[in-house]
Amino acid sequence: MSIFVDENTQVIVQGLTGGQGRFHGLRNRDYGTKVVGGVTPGKGGTDVDGIPVFNSVKEAVAATGATASFVVVPPKFAAAAIIEAAQGGINFIVCITEGIPAQDEAVTFNRLVEEFPGVRLLGPNCPGIISPGKCNIGITSGDIALAGGPVGIVSRSGTLTYQALYELSQQGIGQTTCVGIGGDPVPGTNFIDCLSAFEADPETLAVMMIGEIGGSEEERAAEWIKANMTKPVVSYIAGVTAPPGRKMGHAGAIISGSKGTAQAKMDALRAAGVHVCQNPTEAGQKMGEIVKAF
Amino acid sequence: MDLFEYQGKQYFARYGIAVSPGGVADTVDQAVEVATRVGYPVVVKAQVKVGGRGKAGGVKLAANEDEVRLHAGNILGLDIKGHVVHRLWVERSSDIAKEYYASFTLDRQNKVHLGMLSAQGGVEIEVVAEENPEAIAFLSIDPVRGLDLATARRWVNEAELDEVAREQAAELLVRLYECYTKGDCDLAEINPLILTPDNKVHALDAKVTLDENASFRHPEWDEFRADEFEDPREKMAKEKGLNYIGLDGTVGIIANGAGLAMSTLDVVNQVGGTAANFLDIGGGADADVMASALEVINADPKVKAIFVNIFGGITRVDDVANGVLEALQRVTISAPIVLRLDGTNAVEGRAILAPHLNEVLITEPTMLDAARRAVGLANA
Repeated sequence: MSIFVDENTQVIVQGLTGGQGRFHGLRNRDYGTKVVGGVTPGKGGTDVDGIPVFNSVKEAVAATGATASFVVVPPKFAAAAIIEAAQGGINFIVCITEGIPAQDEAVTFNRLVEEFPGVRLLGPNCPGIISPGKCNIGITSGDIALAGGPVGIVSRSGTLTYQALYELSQQGIGQTTCVGIGGDPVPGTNFIDCLSAFEADPETLAVMMIGEIGGSEEERAAEWIKANMTKPVVSYIAGVTAPPGRKMGHAGAIISGSKGTAQAKMDALRAAGVHVCQNPTEAGQKMGEIVKAF
Repeated sequence: MDLFEYQGKQYFARYGIAVSPGGVADTVDQAVEVATRVGYPVVVKAQVKVGGRGKAGGVKLAANEDEVRLHAGNILGLDIKGHVVHRLWVERSSDIAKEYYASFTLDRQNKVHLGMLSAQGGVEIEVVAEENPEAIAFLSIDPVRGLDLATARRWVNEAELDEVAREQAAELLVRLYECYTKGDCDLAEINPLILTPDNKVHALDAKVTLDENASFRHPEWDEFRADEFEDPREKMAKEKGLNYIGLDGTVGIIANGAGLAMSTLDVVNQVGGTAANFLDIGGGADADVMASALEVINADPKVKAIFVNIFGGITRVDDVANGVLEALQRVTISAPIVLRLDGTNAVEGRAILAPHLNEVLITEPTMLDAARRAVGLANA
């Protein structure tokens, strides 16, 4: 099984007619994802390589029955696009847009919680989600993933998500689902959401968790793991050598005072029984040992 | 982007938050001009983006022109924790009856805004939080609903500000919240927020961090940017659109993606090296971006080896390879380059570089191998 998406998930792409939307939307379709429509205001009635384009999410959902949306629009328009998706009847929204103002993210997140409690947002500023062999929504290159499980991956960083997939696939270890939750200060989906979904998924037997400096989501995840997780977790935290007070690329990756350091996160995870590794390769090898012992 | 105090005060003033009359000065004569305009006594304050200015001798009271000349002359050029003072803020001195603290920031754990208010201001809020946490009144604010005056009034009561200050403080807090939200701040902090003996409330300091992601809707931020960079390497990188942070080591680092770049720093450190920088070329970087990245790294004389760590996703490895060759033509790269190339079009990228490989242009199959090689070269 997989989490959040599967082979039946029908997806629309908000921004399909743009350069990025077209490239990744078609790449997702080529992977086998059911990309059933696109949304661009004013371009309804046209198509992108055979995929029908609609003026609004509402129209697209009415015509296609889609339940998931891939939001690929510039930062200025992203918050409105996410809300439009929720209003239009979408219940799983993947937003890859990087550079959305934090104030917009805070308002959007809380509007979803208050007005659309059944809707899950993944991202923004994330690589998306891939259930190998079934569904790929986002910008992950499908050929580095391997179908069949038994490992679930959850990561805050895009490129390290690819690195994690690669480390496992190289050893012949497949993945059930790989979720990139994104590096912004207000992610729609967090580690605990993914960990609990993996814990409940019978085909996921172990989880790789990639964190980074900033915030306290890894520490909270550690608490959750200690109390609830029965499956082994291997973790790597990026940013051990990052200086305090400087944003390391991601808006959320900043050490404020003594808070958000990699060391504190690693200590918390270790105390929760997680296998904490020093680099992505070591994490891949550790997961290899665990999977071979099953 | 962190603002200097004077910029923060200018930003506060836009939102109707009371600050002391004052002005900036880059020379002793300018400091005297400002002092004459705002009236004595004045406070002469070093403009650096680091705490502890007062203790370092960067904040002085001046009762007349001679004292302004003395203090301004001493403070300009002063080194405060590695930050050299180039600019002063001179403002009318305020008599202080009480010092409070007020701030807004994002509560990342609960995904709402967090207001902090305390009747014990003037000292570091971290110290208050540790030693006397009940002295801080925390307020969680739903970003959808915002902060209204009625809530702010309850909040100032709860924080037990002096009665005469409460109404003014409540109004000021609503304005500060507006500055924080509409003004797209990551942090808006006033410490101290003061009550004067004649019962006026105003901001005596300003600590503001702006969210760069919102710069598209804030053309007024341009004026803040001129003095943004103290590190010339960071200035050059910004001009080329690169995400760069200067560090002190000898291995120059270029990676695609913030997570991978951070991880590259860590791995270099684990195998006994030190990173000269953090540089994320971002997603979808083309040959020109790659060439610019190498130029920026090359401009740092401390760099003894360059580690290019690429896992192609949106970024295509053949583009990266072409960028490396382009950079080698554009400038003389003074340190050996070690590349690790994987992901989208890695085979094509490696093939492009193959005929050019030599003792200063090297590829390694894995991230760890490449880190060891680069560190070995840097430490040789």
